[in-house]
Amino acid sequence: MSRVLIVAEHAAGKLSSATARCVRCAGQLPQADITIAVFSADGAAAAEAARLEGVNKVLRIDAPVHTHALAATIAPQLAEIARGGYSHVFGPSTTFGKDLMPRVAALLDVPQLSDIMAVESEHRFRRPVYAGNAIITVEVDEPLIVATVRTASFQAVGAGAAAAPIETVTPSVALPTHTRFIEVSAPSGDRPDLQAAARVISGGRALGSAENFQLLYKLADKLGAAVGASRAAVDSGYAPNDLQVGQTGKIIAPDLYIAIGISGAIQHLTGIKDARTIVAINKDGDAPIFEIADIGLVGDLFKILPELEALL
Amino acid sequence: MSCRCRVRGVTPERHSRILQCMKRILVAIKRVVDFNVRIRVKPDGSGVMLDGVKWSINPFDEIAVEEALRIKERGGAEEVVVASIGPADCQPQLRTALAMGADRALHVETTEAIEPLTAAKLLLKLVERESPLLVLMGKQAIDDDNNQTGQMLAALWNRPQATFASKLELTDTTARVAREVDAGLETLEVDLPAVVTTDLRLNEPRYVKLPEIMKAKKKPLLTLKPDELGITLTKRLKLLKTEAPSVRKKGVMVTTADELVAALKQRGVLS
Ligand SMILES: Cc1cc2nc3c(=O)[nH]c(=O)nc-3n(C[C@H](O)[C@H](O)[C@H](O)COP(=O)(O)OP(=O)(O)OC[C@H]3O[C@@H](n4cnc5c(N)ncnc54)[C@H](O)[C@@H]3O)c2cc1C
Ligand SMILES: Nc1ncnc2c1ncn2[C@@H]1O[C@H](COP(=O)(O)O)[C@@H](O)[C@H]1O
Repeated sequence: MSRVLIVAEHAAGKLSSATARCVRCAGQLPQADITIAVFSADGAAAAEAARLEGVNKVLRIDAPVHTHALAATIAPQLAEIARGGYSHVFGPSTTFGKDLMPRVAALLDVPQLSDIMAVESEHRFRRPVYAGNAIITVEVDEPLIVATVRTASFQAVGAGAAAAPIETVTPSVALPTHTRFIEVSAPSGDRPDLQAAARVISGGRALGSAENFQLLYKLADKLGAAVGASRAAVDSGYAPNDLQVGQTGKIIAPDLYIAIGISGAIQHLTGIKDARTIVAINKDGDAPIFEIADIGLVGDLFKILPELEALL
Repeated sequence: MSCRCRVRGVTPERHSRILQCMKRILVAIKRVVDFNVRIRVKPDGSGVMLDGVKWSINPFDEIAVEEALRIKERGGAEEVVVASIGPADCQPQLRTALAMGADRALHVETTEAIEPLTAAKLLLKLVERESPLLVLMGKQAIDDDNNQTGQMLAALWNRPQATFASKLELTDTTARVAREVDAGLETLEVDLPAVVTTDLRLNEPRYVKLPEIMKAKKKPLLTLKPDELGITLTKRLKLLKTEAPSVRKKGVMVTTADELVAALKQRGVLS
């Protein structure tokens, strides 16, 4: 049997879809028994976690320090819980999980697997390396396997028939005070979440300015889409950093991805390869983005964007 | 914290005392296949083709070196030490970091592939030797894309971590770090010493000029073996095979916005 412990990711009292994706991944282990650990100030999101299909139990770890997720404070507690007979500890391969899980693994003196994209057996997983240019199969012969789950590779589970029991626990470990949360600025405000959106429109360096980048928002609103960006667009200050798609930004798998004025560098493509339909608009017919696009349109974005907007 | 002592020409006892009192930044750099190289998988599935490829400092680590140098140039540190774990072939990358302006280099020599937990354990030994006030590392090495070593080192060292840094401000006792997180930019304050891992927007690394490359040849580079550091290398992850990713089917080209919308409707993506 696999006893899987998943750390929940949540914000403003709402469970992130990344957690439901980890549950899907965990469910592919043989005879999975799944527990979700929710670290928060007041148990927010625990009830939501308990309703996810396939979840057997939810652990609530309530403490004021968990108002903002900090790896330094969650890690010793999660490690302590993990020592209680779990075979796997999973977190999402979001910035939250990437920050936290290696710290947990080191405290447990076990290796960690990053970005697992497929479960082959209890001990065997597949994951991308070299910006997705190669896929490796790795075996870990450890009693406890710590991993981050590549969220774009797994569909979120839905709600189950009955809610799992919720238990409050207080791991007895000293919490460090050396790390303090100051603030978080969310420049993208209340636009659709890039990692959960079914449609994404991304802009590249070709947009040329932050003002021009606004053209994308208009089109995105019409399509109910989230907006993304290439690294060049973010570096040039046209778009905030949390919109970056790619190897070092967000890895996404929407139904529809429209790349506008993006050349298609390998570091960008690795973030979108799992999208169901990829559309590319670029004035250079030889741009590498066309090699992976399902539908390509060669032309000037400043002419095509208004036309598209009028058609939708 | 403002002792200014010279490292060369002193007894070992004094040297270790000096090591303790100098404001030092340790930067971990990994030698990786240059980001411009198109990676190809070997037909027999045993790995990727590395013959004759160009090697570089991992881009994130180059940013870490640059940040350390800027801190030193502002007077926030007295010495920048770079360290790399790998085969003898990673010395050119250490020399490049010295040419950028680092003061000393440490090379932990091994031809084994090093897992992040082992790298973190080796780096911890260097940290214990050097007592840095700050360890700067890349957020991820672009070969294995692990994104683990900094967090693991911080855990083993029992010190704070601030990962994915896009801005770093130091005081005598703390670091204030803006982090690139999925939600936007998060600011943390951590006590020193701490581990900070870099994101791409932290800075733009300087170009190295020829005279500096010449000068760097004379800077100290110390080679150590893992067993001298008290670490036995173990392999806990077994690499079974390496495959090329699945390729997407060739798509269609359209010539107008009208045709694009029609093609999307035909695929059932738009109604
Ligand atoms: C370690 C590392 C990590 C990286 N991580 C990422 C990452 O996560 N995400 C990412 O995106 N990049 C990443 N990059 C950067 C990547 O290599 C590319 O530099 C970047 O993706 C290029 O962005 P771009 O396509 O917007 O710009 P460009 O490559 O400059 O392309 C602009 C495109 O716009 C087209 N164009 C110009 N004008 C018009 C017009 N009027 N109409 C239509 N088309 C036009 C051009 O033909 C061109 O193809 C990373 C790089 C490194 C080294
Ligand atoms: N062999 C190594 N030598 C020196 N530093 C390393 C090594 N491996 C990893 N690092 C450091 O750890 C960071 C993260 O690497 P990784 O966890 O492998 O993605 C890198 O950017 C380096 O700063």
